[in-house]
Amino acid sequence: MSDADVWMRARDITHRWGGLVAVDRVSIALERGGVHALIGTNGAGKSTLVNILSGELVPTEGRVELLARDVSGWPQPRRARAGIGRSYQRSTIFARFTVFENCRLAAQAAEQRPWNWWRDARRCEASAAAARAALARTGLDDVLDRSAGLLSHGQKRQLELAMCLATGPKVLLLDEPLAGTGPEETDRMLGLLAELRQDHAILLVEHDMDAVFRIADRITVMVNGAVLASGTPLAVRQDPAVQAAYLGGH
Amino acid sequence: MGAVGLAGIVGLALALVPAFAGSFAVDFVTRIMITAIFAASLDLLVGATGLVCFGQAAFFGIGAYAAVLLTPSDGTAAVLWMLPACMACAAGYALAIGALALRTRGAYFIMITLAFAQMAYYIAHDTALGGGTDGIYLPARPTLGFGLDLGRAAILHGFVLVNLAVVFGFLALLLRSRFGRALAGIRENEQRMRAAGFSTYPYKLAAFAVSGAIAGLAGFLFAIKDGFVNPELLAWHESGAILVIVILGGLGTLRGALMGAVAFALLREFFQSETVFGTFARHWNLGFGLAIIACVALLPRGLAGVPAQWRVRAAARPTRRGAVR
Repeated sequence: MSDADVWMRARDITHRWGGLVAVDRVSIALERGGVHALIGTNGAGKSTLVNILSGELVPTEGRVELLARDVSGWPQPRRARAGIGRSYQRSTIFARFTVFENCRLAAQAAEQRPWNWWRDARRCEASAAAARAALARTGLDDVLDRSAGLLSHGQKRQLELAMCLATGPKVLLLDEPLAGTGPEETDRMLGLLAELRQDHAILLVEHDMDAVFRIADRITVMVNGAVLASGTPLAVRQDPAVQAAYLGGH
Repeated sequence: MGAVGLAGIVGLALALVPAFAGSFAVDFVTRIMITAIFAASLDLLVGATGLVCFGQAAFFGIGAYAAVLLTPSDGTAAVLWMLPACMACAAGYALAIGALALRTRGAYFIMITLAFAQMAYYIAHDTALGGGTDGIYLPARPTLGFGLDLGRAAILHGFVLVNLAVVFGFLALLLRSRFGRALAGIRENEQRMRAAGFSTYPYKLAAFAVSGAIAGLAGFLFAIKDGFVNPELLAWHESGAILVIVILGGLGTLRGALMGAVAFALLREFFQSETVFGTFARHWNLGFGLAIIACVALLPRGLAGVPAQWRVRAAARPTRRGAVR
């Protein structure tokens, strides 16, 4: 991998909650064009690591780079503006807004202008265009005016991804985007991720092993906060330690 | 009919009050309009941004005290600079409170806003600056210019109405602007706003300052209306009362602030009326409190939400009949 294609990198991240080491010297690189899957049992530290990458948590040790810049000291909103889009394990949307307004407001982050108090937000063309493009890409353009809280579970997952895309990110941190979705929705989401990898660096936290092995080109396995194995799907699948600890007979 | 048309009719009706009503009614309506401005300021925090501030009376009281304390002892001051000065005093205190309180959340936020408001109350109550429990008289009303005397009830009524219209117009624009939408996003899901790239703290702080300034304006108007201020203006039960008005009227709607102020004033008059309740009117707080509880329990979205509540009922009725058939 050439260094220019590594859009996000974490070096020797350690995070302790009191005496518990939730993340133990983890290094990870996300490159453009790739889907890097992060797998592990519940409590392995996957979500903690994602929170550290996105800037919601300040790690005890280690450093985070985004597009070759050290962003370790940046708070989440600044990192988000610099190119990180993330989704959460539990859908994090504006349930009482329309689908369109969910995305438009997310896109507004790129052009906030809060002092422009007399101008109607709906007339902000840049954010409306970004919202429409993101919704078209995720296939939600036929439910633009529906209240987001009324969407199906799968559609909410799509909406959350659309809200990420509306902000124009370079790096996508997706925390279990397939959790609770049906087979058709899973297919659709994987198809979309395959498309998005062209111009994004994607981190995928996922429990669905079939999906992971279908789409990932690198896999990192975490156990008890530490990296047990990291490499291509084939190498990870054949790793005896992974076999014993996690994959079982898969 | 659009919201603008409705607002125009209400404004016209309010403007005509001095032409047809006696001095008691004019004073009553002027007071309601001041309360409505105050309620709108709190609704910007509670309804629009989702920040339950339990110290709003401090901003109102600071605006009122500033009106008295800034008036030179030898003569009169001009509204032109007094009004922005009083708003700035209240906004400054709101900024200071907000900067600290916004670092906390939930119940802690409510308690901290209350604590800071009580601090302001005790400064007014126990220091020479505030004149103690008796309060202070306004030395002279500020001058408006154009030969208009704010000492005349009808002129004051008109001046308050203009302020009400400007505040409501300003807030209506603000709430649909990008700033207002960002506040709504913070109310609905702050985590998502931060993940999208909004630094939410400055937004909330700005909302606090604007809210404080508008509450200070209401306090200023109150001081020039009554010509008198006392520490009770800043007391915690005033913060509670304005919160009840906002909830009664309907959170997150401007017309709710006005409707809540009207309903609150009318209910209080009703329960204080000796012609209705006789000697029991002395215990008006009891009936008043029960009436407020009943309103809030029966109208989950407040008075402003009544039309929507009716529409839902009306839509439900034919289906029920259809099911029987």
